[in-house]
Amino acid sequence: MTELSLKKTPLNEVHRRMGARMVEFGGWEMPVQYGGGTIEEHMRVRTRAGLFDVSHMGEIEVRGPDAIAFINRLTSNNVAKLVDGQAQYSTLTTPQGTVVDDLLVYRLAADHLMLVVNAATTDKDWHWIQQHKTDEKVELRNASDDFCQLAIQGPAALDVLQKLTKTALDEIKRYHFRAGEVGGVASLISRTGYTGEDGFEIYAPPDKAEHLWEQLLEAGRYGAPDGLLPCGLGARNTLRLEAAMPLYGHEIDETTTLLEAGLEWICKFDKGDFIGREALLKQKQEGVRRRLIGFEMIERGIARDGQEIVIDGQRCGRATSAGPAPYLKKNIGLGYVPVEHASEGRRIHIDVRGRLLAAQIVPTPFYKRPRR
Amino acid sequence: MAHVPEDLHYSKDHEWVRVEGDTAVIGITDYAQHSLGDIVYVELPRVGDSFAAHDAFGSVESVKAVSEVYAPVSGEVIEVNESLQDEPEKVNSDPYGDGWMVRVRLLDPGEVDSLLTAAEYEDYIKKETE
Repeated sequence: MTELSLKKTPLNEVHRRMGARMVEFGGWEMPVQYGGGTIEEHMRVRTRAGLFDVSHMGEIEVRGPDAIAFINRLTSNNVAKLVDGQAQYSTLTTPQGTVVDDLLVYRLAADHLMLVVNAATTDKDWHWIQQHKTDEKVELRNASDDFCQLAIQGPAALDVLQKLTKTALDEIKRYHFRAGEVGGVASLISRTGYTGEDGFEIYAPPDKAEHLWEQLLEAGRYGAPDGLLPCGLGARNTLRLEAAMPLYGHEIDETTTLLEAGLEWICKFDKGDFIGREALLKQKQEGVRRRLIGFEMIERGIARDGQEIVIDGQRCGRATSAGPAPYLKKNIGLGYVPVEHASEGRRIHIDVRGRLLAAQIVPTPFYKRPRR
Repeated sequence: MAHVPEDLHYSKDHEWVRVEGDTAVIGITDYAQHSLGDIVYVELPRVGDSFAAHDAFGSVESVKAVSEVYAPVSGEVIEVNESLQDEPEKVNSDPYGDGWMVRVRLLDPGEVDSLLTAAEYEDYIKKETE
C-alpha cells in the first residue's frame, strides 16, 4: 500500500499538529502515539482519561422491517434481545463457525440497526452482508463516511464528557447509548470501549470532528499533569491486550472458531439458525482441539505477536498478540495451545527469536478495572 | 530535532561511539531512541564477549518492536551498563549519558575513522526523515 492511497480521518491534520507519529493501519493513516509516548498514554487511561480518534472504524446501517431477523441470521449473538438504545458485542460468522469480523450491533429502533466494524474489514463485511441478503426487507448502507468516532476512556471519562452534554451520562448503562448533544454537536453517546476502562464512544458528523476533539481536550484540561491525554493506536493496543479483548486478524479471523477463541458467551445457539451455527454446535459437542489462553512471562524477555509456543518440547501453538503490559508491569500475551494444555498455571515456553523463555498460563483478563 | 553531540562518532545504524584511549563507549543515538519510542527492555552482551564491526551485539525493545543494536566498531566488551536491566528508560531520557550500553577495548582503532562525524550524521538523519 502506498502512502498516497491511505485513507485519512477528519482529524489527520490535528494529529500532526499535536505531534503525533502517523502509521498505516488497515488502510488508514492513524496516530500511533503523541509526544509523550505509549506508556504515558496507557497509564493516563488507567488512572484518569484518554481521548482516541477511532474514526477509521466502519459503520453499516441496516433499516427495514426485517433488520433484526436479517442481522440475527448473520451474527452469533442474539440481536432479538436488544432494546432500543442498547448495543451488543457480536461476530459475523462463516458457515465453518469462524469469524468474518467482530463488531458492535446498535439498536436505534426495531427497524434500524447500526453495525460498527473494524477498519481493515469494512469493505469485506460490506460485501459479505450484501451477498447474504436474500428476500429480507432491509436497506443496507455503508455509512462509514458519515461518522467520526471519538473514544474517551478511563475513570475520569464520565466527568469530563458530562461537562459538554445535558444527557445524564450516569444513567447510560454499559453497552447502552443515547442520542444527545456533545458540545452542541448531535451525537450518539455510547458507553462502550476497547480499553478495559469505563468510558464512552461518540459518533458524530465528520465535519464536527475537530470541534468535538478540541472541546473534549479543553473540558479534560489537556496539558495538566492529570488532564485528558490524546492517545494513539499504540496505547489502544496495549490497553486492549491487558484487558484481553480480541483483535481481529490476531486472536480471531477466518481460521479460528468462536469456541476456540473463548467467545461462546456471544454464541447463542438457542436463538434460531445463524450462519455457522451447525458447525459450532458440532464443535461444541465434539470439543475444541485448541483454545485461546493468556500467558505471562516468567523469564526476562518480551514475547511478541506470532512467536511459537513450545510445551513439553513440542511446538504446538503461537502467540496471537504479545508484548509489555505497561500498567501491570509484566510481559504478557494471548495465544492458542492444544486444549489438553490449556489450564491455568501450566508452564509453557515462548520461542523469542531463537531462545525458549519460560512463561505460564494465567487467567484472563490480565487486567480488570477496580469497582468504583 | 534530534540531539547530535559534536565529540562523538556515529554509525548509519544509529549507534554512537565515544573514544577514550584504547577503549570506546557505545550507545544508541537520540534519533534512534526517539524513533523507537518508550524503551522497555535492553539486552546486552556479557563482559568478555567479542564482536566484529556490524555484528548485532544486543537488542532494544520498545512497547511495539524489537531492534537489533549493531557494533559500530570491532571490540571486546570490558564493561556493560547493568543498570539498564531495571531502568531501560534511561536510553530514552539520556541516550548519550546514563543510557550508554557497553564499553569495549578497540580491536582495530582505525575503524573509528570510517564512522560518520556529527555533521555527517546530522545530514544522514535529515535525509532519512525526508
